[in-house]
Amino acid sequence: MANKLETIDVNLHYGDFHALKGIGLAIPDHSVTALIGPSGCGKSTYLRLFNRMNDLIPDVKITGKVLMDGEDIYQIKSSKIDHLRRTVGMVFQKPNPFPKSIFENVAYGLRVNGISDNSFIENQVEKTLRQAALWEEVKDKLKKSAFELSGGQQQRLCIARALAIEPTVILMDEPASALDPISTGKIEDLIFQLKDQFTIIIVTHNMQQAGRVSDYTGFFYLGHLIEFDKTKKIFTNPSKQETENYITGRFG
Amino acid sequence: MRIRRFTEPIFESLIKICGYSSGFVVLLIIVFLFKEGISFFGSSPVEEGFTMYVHSNNPVKDLSAAQIKDVFDQKITNWEALGGTDQPIERFSLDELGEAFTEEQLGKDFEFLPKCIDSYMDSLPGSLAFFPSAQTDGKLKSAIPIKIDKITVGKFLADTEWFPTSRPAARMGVMPLLLGTLLVSFFAIIIALPLGLAASIYLAEIADERVRKFLKPVIELLAGIPSVVYGFFGLVVIVPFVQSAFDLPVGETALAGSIVLAIMALPTIITVSEDALRTTPRAMKEASLALGASQWQTIRKVVVPYASSGITAAAILGIGRAIGETMAALMVTGNSAIMPPTLLQPVRTIPATIAAELGEAPFGGLHFQALFALGCLLFIITLIINLMVERVSAKRIN
Amino acid sequence: MEFPESNERRKKLSQAIMFGLSRGISYGIVALLFLILFFIMKQGIGVISWEFLTAMPTDGMTKGGIWPAIVGTVYLVLGSMLFAFPVGVMAGIYVNEYAVAGPVKRFVKMMTNNLAGVPSIIFGLFGMALFVNQMGFGASILAGSLTLGLLALPIVIRTTEEALKSVDDTFRQASYALGGTKLYTIRKVVLPIALPNILTGLILAVGRVSGETAPILFTVAAYFLPKLPSSIMDQAMALPYHLYVISTSGTQIEASRPMAYGTALVLVVIVLIVNIAAALLRNYFGKKVKMN
Repeated sequence: MANKLETIDVNLHYGDFHALKGIGLAIPDHSVTALIGPSGCGKSTYLRLFNRMNDLIPDVKITGKVLMDGEDIYQIKSSKIDHLRRTVGMVFQKPNPFPKSIFENVAYGLRVNGISDNSFIENQVEKTLRQAALWEEVKDKLKKSAFELSGGQQQRLCIARALAIEPTVILMDEPASALDPISTGKIEDLIFQLKDQFTIIIVTHNMQQAGRVSDYTGFFYLGHLIEFDKTKKIFTNPSKQETENYITGRFG
Repeated sequence: MRIRRFTEPIFESLIKICGYSSGFVVLLIIVFLFKEGISFFGSSPVEEGFTMYVHSNNPVKDLSAAQIKDVFDQKITNWEALGGTDQPIERFSLDELGEAFTEEQLGKDFEFLPKCIDSYMDSLPGSLAFFPSAQTDGKLKSAIPIKIDKITVGKFLADTEWFPTSRPAARMGVMPLLLGTLLVSFFAIIIALPLGLAASIYLAEIADERVRKFLKPVIELLAGIPSVVYGFFGLVVIVPFVQSAFDLPVGETALAGSIVLAIMALPTIITVSEDALRTTPRAMKEASLALGASQWQTIRKVVVPYASSGITAAAILGIGRAIGETMAALMVTGNSAIMPPTLLQPVRTIPATIAAELGEAPFGGLHFQALFALGCLLFIITLIINLMVERVSAKRIN
Repeated sequence: MEFPESNERRKKLSQAIMFGLSRGISYGIVALLFLILFFIMKQGIGVISWEFLTAMPTDGMTKGGIWPAIVGTVYLVLGSMLFAFPVGVMAGIYVNEYAVAGPVKRFVKMMTNNLAGVPSIIFGLFGMALFVNQMGFGASILAGSLTLGLLALPIVIRTTEEALKSVDDTFRQASYALGGTKLYTIRKVVLPIALPNILTGLILAVGRVSGETAPILFTVAAYFLPKLPSSIMDQAMALPYHLYVISTSGTQIEASRPMAYGTALVLVVIVLIVNIAAALLRNYFGKKVKMN
């Protein structure tokens, strides 16, 4: 399997703070990779490298290479950043639907990128809502405000919103941390199904979740990537002491 | 220690009393404003201490303030127009009587006044007279007092003329003042809202921290300048500018007022809507950018809609400030109660009317009360606006 | 998925236009402020002299100075703050420290907001009805000060409340833990920490009061007085009313125009001083608190 994403010796500073320290990591295509580690270890920052979300924070300095399909996404012209962000979808910690209708939330990415064919948009909205296992629940109230949905539904809507512009990579930043166990289960099922079509990176605090959904796991600690391997290996036979301490709950 | 046990409860009840002070003041304002304002309604528009009479054979038994004014302005000269018989209206009062009779005939203390009026009136069946009530009440044979409609809330609101000093019957219609106030205020917001919104977007979303740290205090300074200074600036700069730009006979117009009030409303609008824009969660903006939207698309389609109730509150608040603004409006709008008010003519606003006329209105008189009634109306309008703002802002929190 | 390339150009263009526009408007507003300030300074600076500030007006207020107006405004500011500051601070203490969250507190806050939204001319009407007539003070410094004090009340209440709110709860708990009563804690711990911010509010209220015209029209302001007021029951001249009078009424508007520019400049300078003082106070104490 080819590597979809790869970072080579990436360092990131927020002002004086050294948040990522020489991270080298290759993520295979059509896989789910979980990033784990204690709060502030850099895993979310690492995730946000891939759609250049860190660019928005003032005083950020990044060195090293971040490759997507072999191309360094920090060398592309600034006019191509929107293009990059279209190919990389993102789901956030808390459900954050836009103050719009359910339909317009999903259609948002299409519209801002210049698609105006309404029948195409309608088809795409239905298709992605089905993909996100939400269609049956919302098909009769597409015009209603997205805020009327439950938290779990909102999060699946946000996933549908990310899927609508057909990205190839999906970044998930603790997507279930604000949800109840039943909604979390639904999100995990969804991740499992989406694996066939997408390369997924998920940041999580929840060890069991990482174990359930991911193929690969990377353990971050104090800005370092301590260990990266098949999830099975990490959880059964980690090669580093820190990793073992963390997953057995001895700290963090 | 013992002393403190004694003084603390006293201090604490003092604090509690002061805590209710603003509620108490609002209550007092309502009581005093409405006490004077309400006594305005139900009074007669005829000058106090005077009664109007017609010949006892005249079929017309009641008139409105508007009709009386038209008669005394000589717009109506025949009883036929007032529903009576075809005969000319002869107006007369003490002045005319003084020409027809000698002082001796009238008596030293006007004790023979009723007799003189009777004889004068007998010869003029089409007369409309007004005399001091004290000397004439119940003493006339050939004349009967005419019934004049009392001032009601409905008439106060609907009457289209404001001539509080016209004699013998004043016209106190709030319509031209209310429309004038609304015209000036709404047009001010039409100017100020897009500018203020653009500036608040720039401050909240676009400007970097250093630029913002410079711009914010400058805009707050704009809010600190006294309204009389804005009025003065308007008078010496905006008014001549409006006059020459539109080639007008006078520059003191609704438009000049709107421009000055727009400048004055800007800081309110900018501050309130910037605060609202800033409440947009960062993750929501990032979600939009992550979908490939540009920063501007994110602002237009996510940030502004998210802050829409705060922006609405800003606009309403701005209108409220403009409606209540007194000195600047007084100094640049020209103060003429033209009906219907238009942008390029002088207008008169409610607060400016109170400020301009209260000093000249005799204490406790009809005009004085009318100005308090205007105050009541202004108070009710601003109360409604405050409640609207509170409602809109509460919605945002939910 | 295929996205139209033309959209990228459109996105960039509209962003460039709108960003430029909003930046232009923002700087335009700032430029407008400087224009107003510059204009008044340019026209007024030539008028300002020691004599202008300290002499009585002469020749139908076309010559001389504005001394009595300055004195009147100082009296009114002092008088109004004497009333509004203690009452407002105590009310702020009540709202933030004593009132329990619920309908009463909501009502008190709503009333304060409403009072802040009442137009200044209404305060003028009210002051005339209550202080001038009902209480029999007549048009006097006392009536004018009380009227202005009521106008300043919500400003003082709200800034005090904000200042107290920003005091960390741990300070209060520490004092309670040492056996301090509630009032003692407020007096000795909470108020000293909040004081700089409360004073900032006081300064801003002074700025507001010194520029208000409508409330003093019928409660104190005199068109012209040959003497300075000698008691609080006297009428007084005041800077904002003086500016209004010499710029709009009288037969010699043109002749008194220089006086008007000078008066406007004095008012503007007061506002500048007030704002700068408030900013400095906030900065100075803000740093000091952080250092501790």
